[in-house]
Amino acid sequence: MTNPVTNLRVEDKLYQNRYLVEPGRPHIKVRPHAWPSANLLALTLVCPAKCYELYDKGQVEITPDGCMECGTCRILCETSGEIEWNYPRGGFGVLFKFG
Amino acid sequence: MIEEEFDAIVIGAGMSGNAAAYTMASQGLKVLQLERGEYPGSKNVQGAIMYANMLEEIIPDFRDDAPLERHLVEQRLWVMDDTSHTGIHYRSDDFNEAKPNRYTIIRTQFDKWFSRKVREAGATVLCETTVTELVRDAKGKVIGVRTDRAGGAIYTDVVVLAEGVGGLLGTRGGLRKMLKPEAVALAVKEMHFLPEEVIEQRFGLKGGEGCVIEAVGTISRGMTGLGFLYTNKESISLGIGCLVSDFAAMRESPYALLDALKSHPSIRPLIAGSEVKEYAAHLIPEGGFKAIPQLFGDGWVVVGDAAQLNNAVHREGSNLAMTSGRIAAEAIVQVKSRNDPMTKLNLALYKTMLDESFVVKDLRKYKDMPALLHNNAGNFFTTYPRLMSEAAQNFMRVDGTPKIEKEKATTAAFIKARSRLGLVSDAVRLALAWR
Repeated sequence: MTNPVTNLRVEDKLYQNRYLVEPGRPHIKVRPHAWPSANLLALTLVCPAKCYELYDKGQVEITPDGCMECGTCRILCETSGEIEWNYPRGGFGVLFKFG
Repeated sequence: MIEEEFDAIVIGAGMSGNAAAYTMASQGLKVLQLERGEYPGSKNVQGAIMYANMLEEIIPDFRDDAPLERHLVEQRLWVMDDTSHTGIHYRSDDFNEAKPNRYTIIRTQFDKWFSRKVREAGATVLCETTVTELVRDAKGKVIGVRTDRAGGAIYTDVVVLAEGVGGLLGTRGGLRKMLKPEAVALAVKEMHFLPEEVIEQRFGLKGGEGCVIEAVGTISRGMTGLGFLYTNKESISLGIGCLVSDFAAMRESPYALLDALKSHPSIRPLIAGSEVKEYAAHLIPEGGFKAIPQLFGDGWVVVGDAAQLNNAVHREGSNLAMTSGRIAAEAIVQVKSRNDPMTKLNLALYKTMLDESFVVKDLRKYKDMPALLHNNAGNFFTTYPRLMSEAAQNFMRVDGTPKIEKEKATTAAFIKARSRLGLVSDAVRLALAWR
């Protein structure tokens, strides 16, 4: 299985995309928590841009720079209040070339 | 700061928003369209297949200058297991007609074109503008919007919410409920570029013909899901989507599914040597008829994906979006022409007209399908595909086993996997949901 087409990492996939990131204004935030819910924990695998990561002490954090604004995390975790989700400011965020 | 007042404000420049803005502007309404992306289409993702009739209703001569990729002459429906696919293929020269029925498109390019038409029709289109809030009067009627640009509210008679599947304004503004994870799919997609002639050779195409593959089976790893491969002029859109609830429960990664699909022996040769130029993710409403929210209220209507108008069985979304946008616009134009206010009572016309269209009729036909597929994902997406594949191989492979024994083995495999009662029950439930 050494076909380069099939061996891309998510980071490499996202590298193909265009983004305009507004520094210091993340559009998604994870609220401080002692332990993540099952859904929040699942996001470390389910987020298609792999924005969510599990840290050593058991908490989940987000780096939304590669976010494609799909909204999956909002569907799974907004109701529980674990994340705060907003659109990036107008013009910022992912800029699809093909869509 | 925008001091003017508008007849209508359309939020979003996707299929439904463009259809609504175009229709209202061409009828002489003063329309403002707000889009949060840098350019129309920059936030929009679709497979994408575009159905001509629904666009023709809006822009009859769209074929003159719309960026269309290929007109479809062949559709392949595949049931896959780990090493094989069993397929139904339909290809017809009848689809090589003067005005073809279905095209593949690349959304960003298509949306730029559609937006140009909207501006030519007289609407004001403002990009890089995120609407942050709906403005209401003392009685709760929506009378305008606030944006993240400097300046105050922008006022209007009616707001058309074409804000897409997530729809922050509608869900936060209490116009409709938040989507449930089992009523929405997450799809990921890559754009694989290949020379035009290579695509035509691999799929047996000529002169702008196109082929699409849609596949279910073990590729979704027991989840309710669908893989797809669409041929564009010089690229292949390849992707897979599954219900968000399934992703969360199974803890699967969408990119891992996509990579597995790419290395499947049936797909791999079709994309060999391609250059990937984009990776996209998007949500698709899958709740069907039962998930359609309140569609209108005092001073507002909701259209397209934001209204969950998507036919999961036929994988149609953008045509329902365009049609709902057009119909909402026509209803607004009618109310306006009578000089009536944009009240809930008057805007109910939109729902009346939509109920009469194919949009709601189709969704009603399949109203039980989403629940059936969701609740039986393991059977429909893993067990049956494996059984079908074994049966096909058993049928094809010639090895000296008497045919009667082969058939008995196939029948026994089905009964062992699902039991006689289970098989009958699955068939009946599927038939009822389809009816």
